[in-house]
Amino acid sequence: MTADTSTIDSVHSAEFEHSDPLTNQAFGFWIYLMTDLVLFAAIFATFAVVGRNYAGGPTGKELFDLGYLFVETMVLLFSSATCGLAALALHNDRKAFVLMGLVLTFLLGFGFIGMEIYEFYHLVLDGNGPQRSAFLSAFFTLVGTHGSHVACGLIWIAVMVGQVAAKGLTASVRSRLMRLSMFWHFLDIVWIGVYTIVYLMGVI
Amino acid sequence: MNQVYIDNSGASRGSLKSYVVGFILSIVLTVIPFALVMSGAFSRSAVMFGIFGAAIVQILVHLHYFLHLDTSSAMRWNVMALVFALLVIILFVGGTLWIMYHLHYRMMI
Repeated sequence: MTADTSTIDSVHSAEFEHSDPLTNQAFGFWIYLMTDLVLFAAIFATFAVVGRNYAGGPTGKELFDLGYLFVETMVLLFSSATCGLAALALHNDRKAFVLMGLVLTFLLGFGFIGMEIYEFYHLVLDGNGPQRSAFLSAFFTLVGTHGSHVACGLIWIAVMVGQVAAKGLTASVRSRLMRLSMFWHFLDIVWIGVYTIVYLMGVI
Repeated sequence: MNQVYIDNSGASRGSLKSYVVGFILSIVLTVIPFALVMSGAFSRSAVMFGIFGAAIVQILVHLHYFLHLDTSSAMRWNVMALVFALLVIILFVGGTLWIMYHLHYRMMI
């Protein structure tokens, strides 16, 4: 009996070896990201079901410009890299580099959103808005949901630039920056699914 | 003290090398599917296989090099949460597609 209890205790202490506030906060945020992933999966499923129902309207092949999309994808990938450099600078306590990394990430993210809004604007202007066909409804829902996540990320980055500049790299600022970088990398992962399933599959 | 905490946590554990390797691999894995589709030189099934293969490998590259997900004990529960999310997604997306295509098939007759 006593032996059993001590075994359980040692198992527990091994499992919670790394539990400290920052790790727990990062893990909690990871759980949120997983639920967000399920949300995206639902929208992907919708797109997969109705994505070929054109209602006599334009198909993906007629609408998508892969060269433009490639540049857009690269911009987001570069922003993921600069975000990684900011996380690295944070690790090395280099405040100026953290700020530089965040500002670069913001600019690249802003460029990505700008390109997406430009694409949406021209689609709607040509009468190919979400009301045109089931395919375009699903397209705007999926790409728009990803875009709104990126837009929220941009607000978050702007707030963190202010906090790093005003407060410096305090424990709570570090913790927020860590979650911000998880969020940003997560959005890039979702984008891989978007350009593969929506754009590339829509064109072939 | 903070430094110790950061060392244990997920998103900040990377080194410059891991970010550079992840970044280069990501660029290559982005160029491959775009080149496959834009060249138009391959059959539809080969292109499908290529773009999905590249996407899955690139997602793994991002998880490993950018989010530092691995089998270490510090990341075990993150991996567990991801595996559970994937289970839900497979049931969700797979079930939806199964039902809807079956319905579509029966409506055609």
